[in-house]
Formats: sequence, C-alpha cells, structure tokens
Amino acid sequence: MFITKYLSEVFGGLRSLLTGMRRTGYYFTHHKNIITQQYPNEKPVLAERFRGEVVMLHDDNNEHACTGCTACELACPNATIKIVTKFDLTPEGKKKKAIDKFVYHLELCTMCNLCVEACPTGAITMAPNFEHSVLNRNELTKVLNKPGSKIREGVE
Amino acid sequence: MLQEVAQKETGDLVINVGPQHPSTHGVLHLVITLNGETIKKVEPHLGYIHRSIEKMCESLSYRQFIYSTSRMDYLSAHINNHACALAVEKGLQIEIPERAQVIRVLMDELTRLASHQLWWGALAMDVGAITPFFHAFREREVLNDIMEETCGARLTMNYMVPGGVMFDLHPNFQSRVKDFITLFKSKLPEYDELVTGNVIFQNRMKQVGFISAEDAVSYGCTGPTLRGSGVSCDIRKHHPYELYDKLQFTEPLETGGDCWARYLVRMEEMRQSLHIVEQLIDNIPEGEFQAKTKAVLKLPKGEFYSRVETARGELGVYIVSEGGLTPYRIKFRSPGFSNLSALDHMARGQKIGDLVAIMGTLDLVIPDIDR
Amino acid sequence: MEFSLSAIANQVDTWLHANCASWLALTIEFVIVGLLCIALFAVLGLVLIMMERKVSAYMQLRLGPNRVGPKGMFQTLADTLKLLVKEGLTPNGADKFLFNLAPFIVMIAAMLVLAPIGFAKDFVIWDINIGVLYISAISSIGVIGILMAGWASNNKYSLLGAMRSGAQIVSYELSAGLSILTIVIFTQDMSMGQIVASQADGWWIWKGHIPVIISFIIFLIAVTAETNRAPFDLAEAESELTAGFHTEYSGMKFALFFLAEYVNIFIVCAVGATLFLGGWMPLHIGNWADFNRIMDYIPSSVWFFGKTFFLIFVIMWFRWTFPRLRIDQLLNLEWKYLLPISMFNLLLATFIAIQGWYL
Repeated sequence: MFITKYLSEVFGGLRSLLTGMRRTGYYFTHHKNIITQQYPNEKPVLAERFRGEVVMLHDDNNEHACTGCTACELACPNATIKIVTKFDLTPEGKKKKAIDKFVYHLELCTMCNLCVEACPTGAITMAPNFEHSVLNRNELTKVLNKPGSKIREGVE
Repeated sequence: MLQEVAQKETGDLVINVGPQHPSTHGVLHLVITLNGETIKKVEPHLGYIHRSIEKMCESLSYRQFIYSTSRMDYLSAHINNHACALAVEKGLQIEIPERAQVIRVLMDELTRLASHQLWWGALAMDVGAITPFFHAFREREVLNDIMEETCGARLTMNYMVPGGVMFDLHPNFQSRVKDFITLFKSKLPEYDELVTGNVIFQNRMKQVGFISAEDAVSYGCTGPTLRGSGVSCDIRKHHPYELYDKLQFTEPLETGGDCWARYLVRMEEMRQSLHIVEQLIDNIPEGEFQAKTKAVLKLPKGEFYSRVETARGELGVYIVSEGGLTPYRIKFRSPGFSNLSALDHMARGQKIGDLVAIMGTLDLVIPDIDR
Repeated sequence: MEFSLSAIANQVDTWLHANCASWLALTIEFVIVGLLCIALFAVLGLVLIMMERKVSAYMQLRLGPNRVGPKGMFQTLADTLKLLVKEGLTPNGADKFLFNLAPFIVMIAAMLVLAPIGFAKDFVIWDINIGVLYISAISSIGVIGILMAGWASNNKYSLLGAMRSGAQIVSYELSAGLSILTIVIFTQDMSMGQIVASQADGWWIWKGHIPVIISFIIFLIAVTAETNRAPFDLAEAESELTAGFHTEYSGMKFALFFLAEYVNIFIVCAVGATLFLGGWMPLHIGNWADFNRIMDYIPSSVWFFGKTFFLIFVIMWFRWTFPRLRIDQLLNLEWKYLLPISMFNLLLATFIAIQGWYL
C-alpha cells in the first residue's frame, strides 16, 4: 500500500533523527564525559617508553657509557647523529679513543629508536619530552654528552 | 588556460578539488568535470605529496627501511611495518617466536581498529556531521595511549623489527586492552545511534558509488572496497601470515557494491578485529619477543614478496636483493592507489556531494597513494 | 515598578513630543530605532556565536572557548576584532560592485524582517496588518544577496553554492509559507500583534491540535533550510564546496555574512515563537489562577526571548547531530514529503477551523 509505506518512511525517518538527537542531547547535559585536556595547565601523563628525543645517560659522577663506536650513527636512517671522536691519554700513557662531541640533530630525527637498539653499551636512550619548539633552528642541534663528562670505568 | 579551453569547447564546468580541500583527507588533487551538479569525469592528479619512499628505501639497510613505511599509510603504520618485516624475514628465512607473532597480530588488529575509528569519524564529517568525529576520537585516544605505552609512539610506531618486535609488551598492556574492549563494546551502539541508523546518512550512502564485482576486480580494488562488492579477498583468510590461520574470525561480505555496503563491511570489520583481540589477549604465550638475528642483515640474491591486509586492503612489499646491505629495488603495492583508480568509475553520474561520500568510503590515505 | 519595555518606549515618546516639533520627534525616533536594531544585531551576533560554540562543544565532548575573559565570554569579541582589522580582499576577476554590495543586501534583508516582530507586550517597531505576508516576502530577498555573492566572486565553488542556495530557498519558502498559513487560518488575521493576542488563552501549539504540531515541525525544518543551516547548509557545504558562496570573502565582509546568518536564525525563531509558542504571552494553564499570576510576573520580553532562544537551541541541536543532505535529496524532501504533507495539513486545519474544534 503506497500511503502506509509513505507514512512509515516519514515516521521511521523522524524516529531515527530523534535517536541521534537524544544521543547528542545526552552529551550536552552530561558534562562529565568531556574529554578536553587543557594542555598548558594540565600536562599530559606520558608513558615512560614515549619517544620524544634521544638523550645520553649520565650518572652522578658526570660519566656516561658511550665509547664512540658509531653504531648508532650507522644505524640512523636520517644521519641524525654525528660522533666526533678524540684521543684521550690513559694513565698508562696510551692513547684511547673517546667521544669529543655526540652531536644530535633533533630536527632530522624521526624517533625510530634504531640508535638506541643498536647501542652496545646502553649509553643513549629515548626521553619522554615533546616540547621541542625553539625560536632558532640551530638550537635543535644538540650535543648530548655533558661538558666535562667522561666515559665510565670498565665500559668497553 | 587548458581548463578555459575545455570549458569553451564542451560547456562543462571544470573544477580543481584540492590539493588543499577540506574533504580530500590531505592533499589529493582531483580535476572534476561537471555538468551542473552532476559529475561527468573525475581525474586524480598525483604527485603533490610524493616523497619517493621507494627510492629512499634503496639506500637504507634492511633494518632501517622499515620505519619509513610508517609514513605511507600512517593510519595503519603498524601493518605496513609488518609487511616489510615479513618480506625481510622471508629472505633471511628466520623463524619468529610465537610470542612475537601474537604481539604482532594483536598490534595489527588494534591498529586496524584505530584506523577504522578514524575512518568512521572522517566519513561522518565528509557527509556533514561533525560531532561523530569527536566521538570516534574519544575511543581512538584510548588505543593511542595503549600504543604509546607499549611501542613508545602514538602513530608512527616502528615497533616491528626483522625477527619480531622491538620491545616486550608493557606490563599494563593486557589490562588496558581489556578495559578498551569493554569500553568500545559499550560505545559501538552509540555509533549506530548517531550515524548508522540516521535516515539522512543512509540516504547519502545507499545507491551511491556503485561498483560491480567484475569492475572492482578489474580496477584492482582490495580490502573493504572489494568486499563491499561481494568478493572475498581477505589476505588474512586466503594467504594467512603469522597466526591468522589459527584464529576464529569471519570475513564480512556485502553484495551491495555501494557506499552503504562498504560502510557496513568496515563496521563489521571493527567487530571482527575486536573478536580477534579478545581471543589473543588472554593467551599471550611466554617466550622471546624477538628472534636472534645478526647485527648486519644481508638478504640473499633474489626476489621476495610479502602481502598483508591493511585497514584499506592488500599491501604488497616486493624486494629485489642483489645480496648487498641494501635492497636493489623495493616496490610497494599500496591499496589506496588501486582503490583510487576506481573513483572515476564510481563517481560518474553522481552529484558532487556523492563524490565526497565515495572518497570517504574508499578511506583514502593520500601518502599511501602517492608514496 | 514592573519592568516593561513598552513603558520605557512610551516615556521616551512623550518626552520627545513634549520637547520637539512632531516631525523632529519622529525623525529622532527613527534614528533611535535604527540604532537599536544595529545594536541588537551586534549583541545577537556575539551572544549567538558564543552560544553556538558552547552548544557544539558540549555535544562534542569539548569545553569550548574558555580562555578569553571570564569563562571565555570575550572570545567572540576578540574574533570580531580580528575580522575588523583583517584586510577585505576583492578577487581580481570579481564584479567589484556586486561583490561589495552582496553582504549589505543580506544584512538589510535580515534587518527589515525585524519590523513586525513583537519583542514584548506593546513593544513592536511596526505592527503592520499583513505582518505574516511581509515577513515571508522580505525573508526571500536575502537569497538575492547570496546569489549576488556567488556570481560576483568569479569562483566556481561560490557559483555552485549560490545556485544551490537559490534552488533551496525557492523550494522551502513554499512549506514555510504553508505552515505559517495554518496559524493564519486559525487566527483569521495576518497581523503579528493579533496572532499573539489570539494566544492569550493558550499557545497555538497546545490548542491547535495535530495540524499545528505538524506545521510546527514543518516550519522548523523549512526555516532551518531557509537560513542555510546544517543539515541543509548546502550553500556552504564545507566538505564539498570549501565555503560555498562566501569562499572569496574575508574580513568584515565575511563577518557580515556570518552575522546575517545568526540574525536570520534569530528572526525565524522569533517568528516561530510568535506564531506557535505565543510570542511574549506567558504560559497560562487553564484555570490555575495562582500559577498564571506567577507567570504574569515574568516580564513579557523574557518570555519572548526565552522561547526564541529555545528554538535557536533546537536548530543548533539539529546542526550538531545530523549529516548534510544531498542537493537532490534536499529537493525531494521538499517536493515529495514536506509540500504534500503541508498541503494536506492545511486542508485538515481549514476543516478544523470551520468546525471550530480548537479551543
């Protein structure tokens, strides 16, 4: 029957619209469902594994575990890491290779974690920091080893 | 200039849709020829977001190139990485520990869910309803947090390595995924209330963008686009990789061939993914999460191909190795590209509003089309 | 003393007539009315945009603007300031005269419709005796501005948007007019003042039975379409036509379109409130004398604005829930559903009116 089909179409359509309106109306009146995070006031809780930047771990004696083996430099797909080595004199008077500068280009980094995976001594790791904006691009090129730091005893 | 000539000769209206357009989901450039509101021709122009990932991969080692495929189909980044890892493993002939396989499948399905959630919100936004977008992101956020906790990143995870996964699961993973399953099951009816049942939405979807099974196959469509036309094509069923042959799930098929059919297929896929996750989440075996591999990977001389089912269809990874440290040639068969090629066929004779709806149901991710 | 807008107006009127010549008093009154209209528009724009942003935010699980000023109250003000100092571009190939004229036409059309609307008891600019006809006639002029904007922009998206808008408004005028006619049949008068007065013993939506409820629903749908609001925002259709007819507009000219949209919503909702919900008439229930007296204490302007803002909220609720219709579905809805139903409804209303079955 044409008329009944027509009317059922009209009423079915109206009902489906009202169902949707009930849902949005529910959220309009129930404010506890709001998911907004007001960022600068409310800092997000980041997971400890979150990859935000590469950092070099230093202990209390300002010592790190980087031997300057350049495994990370080779593992990096984007040439983010550049290791500048120097030769230290050991107490025995021998020359020993050590890092001078661990240069890290944050602007090139894609946070793929391959350098951390490649590091044989666990000297570098990823840190959960995402607020990297700077006014000058050069500030994104970082030297990761702290000034005056040296390699920890016994790390080969 | 060319367009003006075309306009004078045929009396058609030629419009550039994109590269900067709200509904092209990025930077797709379509040149559409109109007769009033009716579409006469759709011509996709590619190249605006070409980053030559394939060529880049040729200079990267077998460990390194995987991360760059996250930037192709960024919504199923995990599955892309999986396909690459599978191809490399095929070349190296290494066995993956069972735990790693389970983790991979779990992550794949969670990624698929996240991708479909975004698709759902974006489709609703394309047809003009803005609110569902935020509702979809509410659930997706939970998934992203789970990813962040275990993989360390929210979108481009790079969690796959040849031989397994990069780290073990986070201790909270199981409980959080279970929480998510309960949450999502309670929210799915809301999706239906807000969008699926809506009479305007159904009218926008039904009998729009029809493609027959023959045409869909000949255009090379895969994934939900092809399944919406009634052709079974799920790689997880037909060429099972990892654990998929041991899992219980059905491949949703619809015979409509229109936007509505594709919509239903994707909605059902969400439920199936949830079902797979439910099966695995309590049965993660103990063991290694990564097989022992050499520090420097070298694939033997030859050709290696792997295929997986991403959220958009079949992704193929084809590696030609000359036995060196880097691949000689890499080719990705991306699902989006083939699905896009059917757009012209689907959109002819429809209205402008339909074009947007069709693009929405094809679930185009432009960096995937234009690598 | 009870708060009453009409008392203030009368005082001003008497004072002016006592102190000036009558022609001067009339001129000053014209100026005052014009300034008040513009002030009302400015305030409405600020309030309604804020309301829309808050409504949409809560429906979308967001907080909405909450930084500028207390609870984000000054956000719209800040946005307006930004639009004021922004450069108003005119595209190279545009028809400069029409391009610059269009926003004003849309605005003026919106302003004219204010005349017969009673904002409070005895507070109306011009209670013309064919008020309803006047409103439906003037409210169609706005589309000329939209067509002008779309044509003059020399942009294909704008042109498509304008053409859609033309087709849409021409169609939906019909059912809007027919649903208004239902009330005219019951009241047997076209003056807005008389229509309000006829609802002293009950609003038409209560005492008009089924035909008025049906025509109320049709009226809501039709005016949503007439004001180019989602789900009928095909003239803008953000995901299809980027911004439709105002793609090329920027700065203050865009702000005028934006303002006109909200003012139009206000006006159609005011008309709806007047016709169906009793305008400034307070809610009276049968012979509950005490209840009715309490309701009378609430100033009539509060009643009017309360009802209007309720209708505005409903229209916003539509926008933030529904997907957009396609152009052919839009016309189908009008010609295959709304028009036959409202024709039939009109017949039913006439029958009921002749039989005198309403209260």
